Amino acid sequence: MSALVTSPVVADKEARARLSAVVEYVLAEARKSGASAAEAGVNTSQGLSLTVRLGEIETVEHTRDKGMGVTVYFGQRTASASTTDFSEQALRETVRAACTIARYTAEDDCAGLADPERLAKNIPDLDLHHPWNPGTERAIELARAAESAARGLDKRITNSEGGSLSTHEGLEVYGNTHGFLGAVAATRHSLSVSVIAQDDSGMQRDYWYTVARAAAGLESPEKVGLEAARRSLRRLGSRKLSTRDCPVLYEAPLASSLLSHLVSAVRGSSLYRQASFLLDSIGKPVFADFVRIHEQPHLKGAQGSAAFDSEGVVTKPRDLIRDGILQGYVLDSYSARKLKMATTGNAGGVHNLTIEPGKDDLAALLKRMHTGLLVTELIGFGVNMVTGDYSRGAAGFWVENGEIQYPVEEITIAGNLKDMFRHVAAVGSDVDTRGNIRSGSILIESMTVAGS
Amino acid sequence: MNTNMLTLARKSLLEPAGLGETELMRLIGQLMSGSVDYADLYFQYSRHESWSLEEGKVKSGSHSIEQGVGVRACAGEKTGFAYSDEIVLPALLEAAGAARAIVQQGAPARVPVAFRGEVGRQLYRPDDPLASLPDEAKVKLLERVEQEARAQDPRVKQVMASLASTHEVVLVVRSDGVIAGDVRPLVRLSVTVIVESNGRREQGSSGGGGRFTYDYFSHADQALSYAREAVRQALVNLDAVEAPAGTMPVVLGPGWPGILLHEAIGHGLEGDFNRKGTSAFAGKLGQRVASEQCTVVDDGTIPDRRGSLNVDDEGTTTQKTVLIENGILKGYMQDTLNARLMGVAPTGNGRRESYAHLPMPRMTNTYMLAGKYDPGEIIASVERGLYAVNFGGGQVDITSGKFVFSASEAYLIENGKITRPVKGATLIGNGPDVLTRVSMVGNDLQLDPGVGTCGKEGQSVPVGVGQPTLKIDSLTVGGTQG
Repeated sequence: MSALVTSPVVADKEARARLSAVVEYVLAEARKSGASAAEAGVNTSQGLSLTVRLGEIETVEHTRDKGMGVTVYFGQRTASASTTDFSEQALRETVRAACTIARYTAEDDCAGLADPERLAKNIPDLDLHHPWNPGTERAIELARAAESAARGLDKRITNSEGGSLSTHEGLEVYGNTHGFLGAVAATRHSLSVSVIAQDDSGMQRDYWYTVARAAAGLESPEKVGLEAARRSLRRLGSRKLSTRDCPVLYEAPLASSLLSHLVSAVRGSSLYRQASFLLDSIGKPVFADFVRIHEQPHLKGAQGSAAFDSEGVVTKPRDLIRDGILQGYVLDSYSARKLKMATTGNAGGVHNLTIEPGKDDLAALLKRMHTGLLVTELIGFGVNMVTGDYSRGAAGFWVENGEIQYPVEEITIAGNLKDMFRHVAAVGSDVDTRGNIRSGSILIESMTVAGS
Repeated sequence: MNTNMLTLARKSLLEPAGLGETELMRLIGQLMSGSVDYADLYFQYSRHESWSLEEGKVKSGSHSIEQGVGVRACAGEKTGFAYSDEIVLPALLEAAGAARAIVQQGAPARVPVAFRGEVGRQLYRPDDPLASLPDEAKVKLLERVEQEARAQDPRVKQVMASLASTHEVVLVVRSDGVIAGDVRPLVRLSVTVIVESNGRREQGSSGGGGRFTYDYFSHADQALSYAREAVRQALVNLDAVEAPAGTMPVVLGPGWPGILLHEAIGHGLEGDFNRKGTSAFAGKLGQRVASEQCTVVDDGTIPDRRGSLNVDDEGTTTQKTVLIENGILKGYMQDTLNARLMGVAPTGNGRRESYAHLPMPRMTNTYMLAGKYDPGEIIASVERGLYAVNFGGGQVDITSGKFVFSASEAYLIENGKITRPVKGATLIGNGPDVLTRVSMVGNDLQLDPGVGTCGKEGQSVPVGVGQPTLKIDSLTVGGTQG
């Protein structure tokens, strides 16, 4: 097999210059077309993504993408357009498309670029860019090793969805007519395995993955494979539970979903539309008293790190929840103006939102829960952000005397997020740092479990 | 409607790039070496726009253009894939080189002697919906929707509405000599309202669309009917009490609740999961998986529907595929790769989000045929249960078969009568046996209004669902009142 090599580095100096030139060109075109202000983002990326299934290569995908998006302002009227074609003609037509739309949109007092004084001045290196070119052969070896570790653990691992390796490098340049121009180069590498365990009770599938900015930060293929197999095996023989109220422990990889619901509820766009169950909650207790939730945008090498947000506004570490009390919202410039507040540097989202870990690991949390449900999988989208009503499909384990008794499935867990947040009983030390939201396992005092 | 889709697709995708049969042959030849047994090129050009209204004003609009070519080479179960966002020969040759690198170099290329056009269906007109209405009128339309919603009730506090359309041209060139084209319009209008009464806030949503132009929304007050429906739903929810928790009879209303079929059985019957043996339905062909009253089809051939296609994304003409007939599992949905490996015919279900994604077996419009019962009779048969008529999303674990779908408008049934509205709750069940508990199927088959989007392995495609009113004797309802 010929080794296939992705072209060297997309995010070199020359690429930065080229993308910056595209941004400058687009902004100049917007000015020429009469726009009073404009902003543009340009990105380019490449990657390799492959899957080995049952020891054989299944898919090899080479990705290479680029795009340009522009937003124009004519006074208080605005519109956007995007294209994947970087020819001058296509860029000009894209700017023109945005300008055409802006003729018909309404005046909006709050529309506009971020305020100049809030734009990032210095852009620190957050250690996000570590290109890795394993070559197809080596990438296949790693994916195969991970899948093979999973398949070798137990003869009840009878089938597989494969081991996958993916490596991705991207460069983004954002600029606006306040004179801001910032570039971010970042890489993301991941290795995952999904296998199927089977016995007389039926089939169960689970998976595990590792992700890092630098290849050296990945867990070993063996570790990933074994964890995937262990997770599939432990689900065999799942039963239903009868309907009851009981404590619910969200395993760390799922606990971040609770924090993502918090973010949705305190996001500016939900607030000014009154589409949130946490309206007017600043200064009020939202979580249990001991809970601290904070943003760490400048963590080196983390998945959610950013020196500036998608409007160029400088990001800052801050507490969102302190002693259970809501300290602020998640705002971009537009929603901040709507709420007569200041942007929090969250255009595009939060940055490494972290719930302060407690002292208990998962085993200690199970002891603390004593009797209840450990949830390891959630399915469905049963969350109403206007009311906080929560009802989702779940699978996991029934726990008695602090010990796992048996796996359970085909149940739902329900409550209201307002109550669930206020009744967080503990946060684990087992923090999952693979995503933009970092959380240990979270124990909720009581929810309704519906089953047979 | 006699427009030749292939001619249109050639004109807009190949001619500007200077690509003729010679160049296409050369590309296929580049791909078909060694053990490669199938290869294809997928050309795509699409334009998309959206307009959105909130607080009474259309504050923003956007326009985007996407174009490129996906290049794929398959050898047995192996697939190599690369793509280019530039439709020019050198970039395509490079992508072809990357795609076929999954196999050893070797045997000489086997290329078709000539291309033959797949005729495909004529299910919708190849119109450009973006150009079907002046921009000013698009803004006006959204403003009228907003006014209609507000006029319904003083408790309406927020109205959010959006109008979007896509004009997509695709062309598929295959190593077996098939060449096919399609021109696909798609429009959608959505409205969400928030109502408030005595400090309590609730929301309601509605919308619709399909493969036609914006004209559809002006006919018979279509757009305004979405506004009224969203307000009606939101007001119902203002009076909703806590939903019950536990297992009980559930009656599902007609139309969009067909999301049940999409999640409970649809995904589990996609060819890839069954070839690999990872679906809870694997090996069940010919077996009973539903009650005798259930016949379920996947039908990509309904004119103008959101889930319909003249040819699928591999150039196969779409069809109506019987999945379950009188309760017996009859067939799977296939793309070319999985059909070839399973030794069956493709069913026109090979779909992809764009040129930058690999095709997979996907649903089109999935629905259950009408039964014999009057809907009133079905409700009257339930002593205590749930009547669910509107849903948000759903999801399934195809291996364990467990699926969920979340009600956004539901009522209690007490002594055969619909009584109080209850809050939305997630319903959970087991795909391979939920339909065996369908005891009554109504005579009121409806398709959804054209709002469904299905996600699989990170790829989104537009789909449709439908069903008549039906009763499931027992299903777990995830409320909070035990």
